Amino acid sequence: MDHPVNQTDIQQAMLDQQKADHRRKHLLNLVLLVLLLIAPAVIYPVFLMKILCFALFAVAFNLLLGFTGLLSFGHAAFLATGSYTTGYLLSNYSGLTTEMGIIVGTAAATVLGVLFALVAIRRQGIYFAMITLALAQLVYFMFVQAPFTGGEDGMHGVPRGHLFGFIDLENNLAMYYFVLAVFLGGYLLVQRVVGSPFGQVLKAIKQNEPRAVSLGYNVNQYKILAFVMSAGLAGLAGSVKTVVFQLASLNDAHWHMSGEVILMTLLGGTGTLLGPVVGATFVVNLEYQLSQGPLGDWVDPILGAIFVLTVIAFRSGIVGEIQKFVQKNMG
Amino acid sequence: MSMILGVPAAVLFGQLLLGIINGAFYALLSLGLAVIFGLLKIINFAHGAMYMLGAMVTVLMFDAMGINYWVALFLAPLVVGCFGMLIEYFLLRRIAGQDHIYSLLLTFGVALMIQGILTNIFGVSGLRYSMPEIFQGGFKLDFMFLPYYRAWVIFVALLVCFGTWFMIEKTKLGSYLRAGTEDAQLMQGFGINVPLLISLTYGFGVMIAAFAGVLAAPIYSVNPVMGSNILIVVFAVVVIGGMGSIAGAIITGLLMGVIEGFTKVFYPEFSSAVIFLVMVVVLLIRPSGLFGKEA
Repeated sequence: MDHPVNQTDIQQAMLDQQKADHRRKHLLNLVLLVLLLIAPAVIYPVFLMKILCFALFAVAFNLLLGFTGLLSFGHAAFLATGSYTTGYLLSNYSGLTTEMGIIVGTAAATVLGVLFALVAIRRQGIYFAMITLALAQLVYFMFVQAPFTGGEDGMHGVPRGHLFGFIDLENNLAMYYFVLAVFLGGYLLVQRVVGSPFGQVLKAIKQNEPRAVSLGYNVNQYKILAFVMSAGLAGLAGSVKTVVFQLASLNDAHWHMSGEVILMTLLGGTGTLLGPVVGATFVVNLEYQLSQGPLGDWVDPILGAIFVLTVIAFRSGIVGEIQKFVQKNMG
Repeated sequence: MSMILGVPAAVLFGQLLLGIINGAFYALLSLGLAVIFGLLKIINFAHGAMYMLGAMVTVLMFDAMGINYWVALFLAPLVVGCFGMLIEYFLLRRIAGQDHIYSLLLTFGVALMIQGILTNIFGVSGLRYSMPEIFQGGFKLDFMFLPYYRAWVIFVALLVCFGTWFMIEKTKLGSYLRAGTEDAQLMQGFGINVPLLISLTYGFGVMIAAFAGVLAAPIYSVNPVMGSNILIVVFAVVVIGGMGSIAGAIITGLLMGVIEGFTKVFYPEFSSAVIFLVMVVVLLIRPSGLFGKEA
């Protein structure tokens, strides 16, 4: 009767395997964190901040696409709402601390997220994508027309101000560590959400929505909540971005931006935590490198080609493909 | 001069006419999108680029070889349609059967490439294309002046729209198409070359977009980005009409053009956004669009 013993052995082996996986993941995260902490010593902090802002934007977007299976083609609207709100507040109310400006910007994007979700949630798949796209376009025209946005020129010279009233953010290094803290906060929040029972339901909805419905989950409520959270985080990314660059522009609201965040996420790997970060780093880097060289005018066609290639050849993205490779070759 | 609703009649009718013309373009473009989506379940984000290619090819053929408007009206859609079939054959076919979202992303990439490459070659300032001689002048009506070319655009756009609707909904070829995309295996069993049918359908949808591009060349500025913004409006039109509904696409296209025209008279700042607002209202009342079937 050694059958039950075998079972336990197998279970034990699986547990060990899981533990080893966890340890590997923790080690990787630790290495990345240390790299992020020392990075500004080697790389220009403003460039790093740009990457972090877009990475947060992509992480927020991926909460929706990667873990809930909803493709929003209107996420630029939230980025821009955070961006413009914070820009307006910090430019016009000098007594306001920076974090207050960012909090209100994030809140504004969250509210907009509720409105979008209530309209768009009634349809699925590409219908959902097109509705969010059209809603975002409505927001875009609002920003073009509204009296406070500076129209085509956008808002310039937004003061970075003081964090908590005493940390001078004009200092790039101080600013960098603030952005890093915000990014890590957002990243950990998404990690926490995805790993929670709530996140499990989201994944269930992504895999098979009718089944989730038949299990008794109020699917729409879950989707709305995920959408609002994603919108809020995207707004946070926009708010922080405005403080970093002291500028809010129509670029943030244009639907090209919604396309770009899709590319970042898809390229890095949808449905993985690290994927959007890798994707954002790659795209921001690529755009920067291209703009320096003779290929400066070819950014759009090259991004387009990467899009096509990713969709056709490696849909799991960089991180997804690496994960597959590791799983295949390291047991 | 007579006034209607506090606005001079000539202004009102002028904007109404412009609205109908824009609506004709919306109808043609959303028709092509509806054909491609309704039959192939491909969401063609490259549709705006195809419209733009139609106009660009028309201008370039005229500049390089002196090919006139009437020949271009047939030749340019044919050229662009073949190009579309190549895209279908080499790219879209590889993601057949995958989530529809991938077709959207793939064609978005294709659009970025086409637009970016042409922008680098020609710039965004626009090419000039002069109106064919025969269209100089117009009808003098009591309440307004109707240029010949605009009348022609409305006439021919409606003709193409009706012809397409008739072909797909009422003819044998149309029923093959609908069947072939519904149950490919069965149709294959009847000896019909379904992959070819799919290529042709995509090519046909693209041709309608390119045809709209040729019509646009004499009246709009021809440049590599002309398709990118109209595309988003057309997407909204398709959502309002009900995706996949061919009649819905045509009627909604014209209607939205008119609504946009009226908004330009009474509240011009709002005219570029009004269609998106209509979309929101329609979706709140009828989630599947005005002519869509409940999904």
